[in-house]
Amino acid sequence: MSAALRQTWQVTMRGVRVLLRQPGYLGITLTQPIIWLLLFGALFKSIASIPGFHGGSYINYLTPGIVMMLAISSAGWTGMGFVEDIGHGVLDRMLTSPVWRGALNAGTVLYAVLTIVIQSLLIVVLALVLGANYRGGVGGVALMILVAALLGAIFASLSNGVGLLTRQRETLIGAVSFIILPLTFLSGALMQQSLAPHWIQDVAKYNPVNWAVQSARSAAMQHIDWGLVLPRLGLLLAFALLAAAFATRAFRRYQRSL
Amino acid sequence: MTAAIEANELIKKYPPDVTALDGVSLAVEPGSIFGLLGPNGAGKSTTVRILTALSQPDSGSVRVAGHDAASEAAAVRRAIGVVGQKHGADPEATGRENLVLQGEFYGITGADLRERVRTSLQTFGLESAADRQVKTYSGGMARRLDVAMGLLHRPRVLFMDEPTTGLDPEARLEMWSGIEALAREEEITILLTTHYMEEADSLASQIAIIDHGRVVAEGTPEGLKSDLRGDTIHIELAGREDDRAAGALADVDGVSDVTRDGRTLHARVADGGAAIPGVLAALSAAGSELASVTVARPSLDEVYLRYAGHAYAAEDEGGQR
Repeated sequence: MSAALRQTWQVTMRGVRVLLRQPGYLGITLTQPIIWLLLFGALFKSIASIPGFHGGSYINYLTPGIVMMLAISSAGWTGMGFVEDIGHGVLDRMLTSPVWRGALNAGTVLYAVLTIVIQSLLIVVLALVLGANYRGGVGGVALMILVAALLGAIFASLSNGVGLLTRQRETLIGAVSFIILPLTFLSGALMQQSLAPHWIQDVAKYNPVNWAVQSARSAAMQHIDWGLVLPRLGLLLAFALLAAAFATRAFRRYQRSL
Repeated sequence: MTAAIEANELIKKYPPDVTALDGVSLAVEPGSIFGLLGPNGAGKSTTVRILTALSQPDSGSVRVAGHDAASEAAAVRRAIGVVGQKHGADPEATGRENLVLQGEFYGITGADLRERVRTSLQTFGLESAADRQVKTYSGGMARRLDVAMGLLHRPRVLFMDEPTTGLDPEARLEMWSGIEALAREEEITILLTTHYMEEADSLASQIAIIDHGRVVAEGTPEGLKSDLRGDTIHIELAGREDDRAAGALADVDGVSDVTRDGRTLHARVADGGAAIPGVLAALSAAGSELASVTVARPSLDEVYLRYAGHAYAAEDEGGQR
């Protein structure tokens, strides 16, 4: 087991080193959360004055939504690493070694999660400056970030699986840009669910992004409702494990196609 | 002694209807250098992917270093080193980082790993470039790093898929002497693929020629060449392609194995010099105009021509890459 953990960590550090060597990319990763929060905050500010909106200030309402939106968008690109690795012959070399295949997935997922945690912290601080009121305190904020990490882990694994099975950048780019907006809009990320059409409310019940947004909002912005948060956390965790299993199996599928 | 690498009747098909391997069998003696020779697209890389447990055959079996590649893939992976056709190093990472990650994948850690990486960088002349990103390396340096990575865990069997393709002549010679030293001093069994005849000829003690997914000839380079007995003559026709010249050539006394490759005729004779006058007279009588006539001593090119039924260079150009 310790070998599996070591290998996972080594794979994570490979990503971290690449990130630190590319100041431009690092800059984008850190600026993106700021831009999103400012733009969405400014654009949808008046939602708070719609009759029936009871989320308090819009920045309070929006912060968990932006955290989750960023989590899926950051994590969605994870599989691009393996598409590049296939092109460079790096993946084939790694797969001729006895490395645990799960570590190749888990390591890149952990890297995505680290990125998401840092981006989320940035959003949390910026939102605080913009007047957000974290009623859940430090613990609530920590729980929100944990939820973002779980949601990111799901999408990082899915992205790895899709990258390995299709081996094409274009497919992955298409898939990520295709799903981010629908998943966000079919959730309570930007807009209070009771103000959305009924069919959106129905679909949102099955949307992991919505589970994440609801849990995070309850934990960080309100007085936490464990009855709402715990089942959703459980679902997210189960989904993350399933997605990891799928991605790990995708290595075998990739090898069989060689 | 049992073979270090043993493949039996490997068949591999890719959808929809490509047969990459059509019954490849081979056996490699421990401590030897085995050359898998053939043009691009002949099935060399597919064979290596299967032998290294990277992919699986549709049927057939593989044993490497005493382990079955299908049921004991993990044991095979631990026993072998692989230097792929493409560079396997991460271009964004440094040489040292690549070696360290490689070691971790084989369960080598801590001081042992650091020491091995240091020695390896020294052995392969990469000390001064150790902490530079691999994307800044020259072709020869990147290739040396590939080999260093393949050997870091001290495998008993090393696979090298076209180790010198794309290298300049100097780097190629350097690679050749390195490969020879590995087999001689470290007693590592090496299977290398190449589409360079002279590479297989000078390095390998045993050769298999692979063509269209089949092993068409197997033996020592000397044995294969001496089997040919005599010389080959190549005649390039100046006029249109036709079979009349080939017919006339086949009728000449002492001429055998006439094959035609477009405008070029190939034939075997016991003694090239003595046969030429008769050949020229026969072709002239048949009304064929000639662009050139050459006589070749036996080489692996001739061996390939004999067993594959077509000249090596022609296939190479048409082959997929």
